[in-house]
Amino acid sequence: MKIAAIPARVGRFTLEGLTTLGHATHFLVDLVRGIPGGLRRPYLTVVQMEAVGNRSLSIIAASGAAVGLVLALQGYITLSRYGSAEALGLLVALALARELGPVLTALLFAGRAGTSLTAEIGLMKAGEQLVAMEMMAVDPRTRVLVPRFVAGIISMPLLGAVFSMVGIGAAYFVGVILIGIDSGSFWSSMQSGVDVVKDIGNGVVKTVVFGVTTTFIALYVGNESEPTPEGVARATTRTVVISSLSVLFLDFILTALMFSKT
Amino acid sequence: MSARPESNSESAGIALVSIQGLTFGYNERPILSNVSLEFPRGKVIAIMGSSGCGKTTLLRLIGGVVSPQQGRVVFAGKTVDATDRKSLYAMRRRMGMLFQFGALFTDLSVFENVAFPLREHTQLSETMIRDIVLMKLDAVGLRGAASLRIAEISGGMARRVALARTIALDPEIIMFDEPFTGLDPIALGITANLIRRLNDATGATSLVVSHDVSECFDICDYAYILSGGHVVGRGTPQELREVDDPFVHQFIHGEPDGPVRFHYPAPPYAQDLDLAA
Repeated sequence: MKIAAIPARVGRFTLEGLTTLGHATHFLVDLVRGIPGGLRRPYLTVVQMEAVGNRSLSIIAASGAAVGLVLALQGYITLSRYGSAEALGLLVALALARELGPVLTALLFAGRAGTSLTAEIGLMKAGEQLVAMEMMAVDPRTRVLVPRFVAGIISMPLLGAVFSMVGIGAAYFVGVILIGIDSGSFWSSMQSGVDVVKDIGNGVVKTVVFGVTTTFIALYVGNESEPTPEGVARATTRTVVISSLSVLFLDFILTALMFSKT
Repeated sequence: MSARPESNSESAGIALVSIQGLTFGYNERPILSNVSLEFPRGKVIAIMGSSGCGKTTLLRLIGGVVSPQQGRVVFAGKTVDATDRKSLYAMRRRMGMLFQFGALFTDLSVFENVAFPLREHTQLSETMIRDIVLMKLDAVGLRGAASLRIAEISGGMARRVALARTIALDPEIIMFDEPFTGLDPIALGITANLIRRLNDATGATSLVVSHDVSECFDICDYAYILSGGHVVGRGTPQELREVDDPFVHQFIHGEPDGPVRFHYPAPPYAQDLDLAA
């Protein structure tokens, strides 16, 4: 009996999965189509950039500093074994620009701004604010969702840049000021070894992709949440889980595409 | 109950909203079944019935938030079509809806909530918007609360702010979804009085969805009673008080038992207590 039920379960699971994927794709297309309308009032996007970007700055900067400090310490221990301690600046810069900056910023962004967006949209839905807007002939897509979507996409690369810069600054503090590596070597190894297009450019592309992904997931999950306290709570958790897994998976794909020939 | 023919003959031809053979349900659960109603211009009409009978759904169907499975809703001579977004939004600009708990935007002040539809749909100057907002707030007695945040006002005040926002663009029809729920007697009296007074002052058509019989009967010109997805009663308050339909009688007089049973269907009590021989 249980074995006989397996095909039905697989079928149901597949159908539900495809339905969700269809809804999500439709939602994304709707968001993208709404961007021109949403951008007609840029102040709405600027307000959201303050909410999702500026308010995430402290946690991003603190995390960037912590990562930079640890990376410099660990990097120095390993590099000095091979007499390459001067390459510390290069190691830290590549690690931050290529991987740690975009990925950790996206994970922190999902936890800080993503959950906030999901809860906000979920509570607006539960409080009938979105339907009220609809009934006032105001499209919630262009008034509420698109400004948040665009703000997330713009904020992520900026936050990623802050993360990496603060991390490099922290690494300089440990490597040059505390340990005593030559300052000129620290910066020159970085200058000669970091390719602006391949390393920094690809890192920026990653942050943009992660920005689209995490913001879209946060908005979609919030919009689809059950309009109850439990529903909103579940939705915020789901945002963090789905966003984090998506970022890690996409990072692998993007890294394979970007750096496989270098 | 058949105090009136299926189509209200008094209002035929001048109905602002006409619902024709409407059927609607959520998934497998039917809510409304082949319902036909007409709402004439300039009147206060109550739509009453027990919880879950489809009153709020009816308002959502009129507003095009959901689409009927069968039948149609006609507003000012045009069919409400949720798939035609442009004409639907044009219709909604002529409608106003007061939600059960106000649905105010919690990140905006009282003033900004009322100004919201004006800012979205008009090119009025800031001075004009200010004057209109203060006028609307004055009409609901809350001009002095313009600068307050939504978190700082009571439930009754929130309902009145929402009413001011609803009438900001002078809609032709105002739909009230359970406007009396959770209000203290003073706030309830104020709200009921406001609905009647604003309707008379603006000439709008008001649809009041509620299960509060006495408040509705005090202010409405005509009422419909829904049950089991059908219209089971219709008429003026006086006519409805006199009908002998068992459900309408039980509903209007608030009797605990009748066609709507006090007990939820259950097996025999003795069987549940294992007392059966």
